[in-house]
Amino acid sequence: MSDAGPTTTGAPARRGLADTLELDKRLFGMILAFAVLCVVFQFMTDGKFLSPRNIFNISVQTVSVGIMATGMVFVIVARHIDLSVGSLLAICSALMAQSQIEWLPQVFGLGNPVILVATIAFGLAVGALIGAVTGWLVGYQGIPSFIVTLGGLLIWRNLAWYTTNGQSVALTDPNILMFGGTEGVLYPTVSWVLGALGSALAIWGVLAARRGKQRHGFIVKPVWAEATLIAMIVALIMGFVAILNSYPIPDAKLKRIYEAKGLTVPEGFIEFHGLPISVVILILVVVAMTMIGRKTRFGRYIYAIGGNPDAAELSGINTRFMTVKIFALLGFLCGLAALVAQARLQSHGNDIGTLDELKVIAATVIGGTALAGGIGTIYGAILGALIMQALQSGMAMIGVDTPFQNIVVGGVLIIAVWIDIFYRKRTGALK
Amino acid sequence: MTQTPLCEMRDISISFGGIKAVDHVSIDLHPGEVVGLLGHNGAGKSTLIKCLSGAYQADHGDIYINGEKVQITNTRDARAQNIETIYQTLALADNLDAASNLFLGRELVTPLGFVDDSKMESEARKIMARLNPNFRKFNVPVSALSGGQRQSVAIARAVYFNAKILIMDEPTAALGPHETQMVAELIQELKAQGLGIFLIEHDIHNVMKLCDRAVVMKNGRRVGTVNVNEVTDDDILGMIIMGKKPASAI
Repeated sequence: MSDAGPTTTGAPARRGLADTLELDKRLFGMILAFAVLCVVFQFMTDGKFLSPRNIFNISVQTVSVGIMATGMVFVIVARHIDLSVGSLLAICSALMAQSQIEWLPQVFGLGNPVILVATIAFGLAVGALIGAVTGWLVGYQGIPSFIVTLGGLLIWRNLAWYTTNGQSVALTDPNILMFGGTEGVLYPTVSWVLGALGSALAIWGVLAARRGKQRHGFIVKPVWAEATLIAMIVALIMGFVAILNSYPIPDAKLKRIYEAKGLTVPEGFIEFHGLPISVVILILVVVAMTMIGRKTRFGRYIYAIGGNPDAAELSGINTRFMTVKIFALLGFLCGLAALVAQARLQSHGNDIGTLDELKVIAATVIGGTALAGGIGTIYGAILGALIMQALQSGMAMIGVDTPFQNIVVGGVLIIAVWIDIFYRKRTGALK
Repeated sequence: MTQTPLCEMRDISISFGGIKAVDHVSIDLHPGEVVGLLGHNGAGKSTLIKCLSGAYQADHGDIYINGEKVQITNTRDARAQNIETIYQTLALADNLDAASNLFLGRELVTPLGFVDDSKMESEARKIMARLNPNFRKFNVPVSALSGGQRQSVAIARAVYFNAKILIMDEPTAALGPHETQMVAELIQELKAQGLGIFLIEHDIHNVMKLCDRAVVMKNGRRVGTVNVNEVTDDDILGMIIMGKKPASAI
């Protein structure tokens, strides 16, 4: 059992520069592609693409698909697929709309704050329950997930239709609308505080990981590399907050907000948006899902199942129950995405979430998740969702016709996977 | 041997769709002993041993560990009895690194319940230093390892958790001569530590070299059990091919 590696004892001592920074090369490539995309659109739109307003809009529009994509990563990593997420979003949205407009006010009376809490809890529970049923059919009954969720795509979409009789339900409760984006922003002060808090947490995380490695005598990154990493993270967080904090709220809307409180806007007063609540939700979901994927047994088992289902089973992992939990988690996230989607659109429409399954899967796959299972990251999927949204937004701004927008997105999906396969072949990760 | 066997499988039968894969077979294993399980493909040896590792459940028959009857209904039960299995396929998750594979299903966690990767890697380094001192590739997926390195990860997984009974399914089938020698030495060392080992093996030379006793199976039945030093290669081959029992067999 010989090994071609260096013959020093203990931890490997010599590494390349890229490895020293421990930068994921694939992630780096994606960020680069995203940056190039942004710069090109920036030129073609005379500087409008990277305006605070457009960055705000792209962020808000990415949330719903982004939330579902994080759950889709786990499903695909575990060698399954879920084609029903768009329909699942629709049924959750329909039930939430009906319960807050029709059902719950009859019980609690109009305007009771219980309605909001109960509605959200109901939507999330329905999503998780439907996901669990899907997982049970796949895990315990052995029906391929492709079939179960293809059936689910039809069933849930049309159950949603039946629930609302195909009619749009207008939503007006400001407590619901605040989850949509523009109607629920945190304003600059709170945004700065959250940004600082997030930065502090990120720094603590990096340092805690470093201490953990040192405690066991492993070689850690040089201090300058760690400092560079921290600086990049803080710059990203605070830069994002700074941009959103410089997007002013239009005068008319500011007037409306003040009038609602019985006040008048002071002369020459300008207020800015800051972080939308929906984006904060997405960030929390991303952090939580990343932790689940990397730091919990549950996450470890998802990747183990994707790598070798038989080995996972023989290692004592209850792969069937795992399947139920993985789909239930995605279902829960579809419920959350439904809340954000209907709040953003300020109504539940019959076509809400249509084709979202394709957007979610495309985002996940562009983000580097292998359909064969075992490989995939949460941050990759979010970047994938951002790239898709930026593409569509940019093309719309420079006046590309809708058919061509869709053609380009389809082409990008294929090319992204093509490049990925080419890259993995070269690095030997794919045989 | 009159002492209580470490492990005894009594009168085990298991059928799949009317075909008797294992037909009333009894085997036993003592501490510090290597018992070879031989037979053609489909003779039932892997099926029999899977009843012990928890992958299958016997239709009939009992399993005794240290003289006490136990129920083994899944791989977790087997592990609780300190029975560890090294599968022919090695049962490794190719996308995970050595430490993650070593602790798969039994991860070390921090007080907050999160998996403790640093601790696991540290433990993995300790055990690998004992089993395969040249092993360095702790930070790559095991798909990037050679056959011997993968084998040593699979063995480390069994040894780390204080196996008393070790089941090895053709441990040297995919290995080169040097690596085979290393596994042979490892088996001797584990034996000296008092482990009992069931060795499923096709290579008659390995059997003669590594095993104390050999159980030969054919068509789901036990042909006989022999002390390896009382028989020749040809005797064993005769048992495997023709089901012919030598005089010293029981």
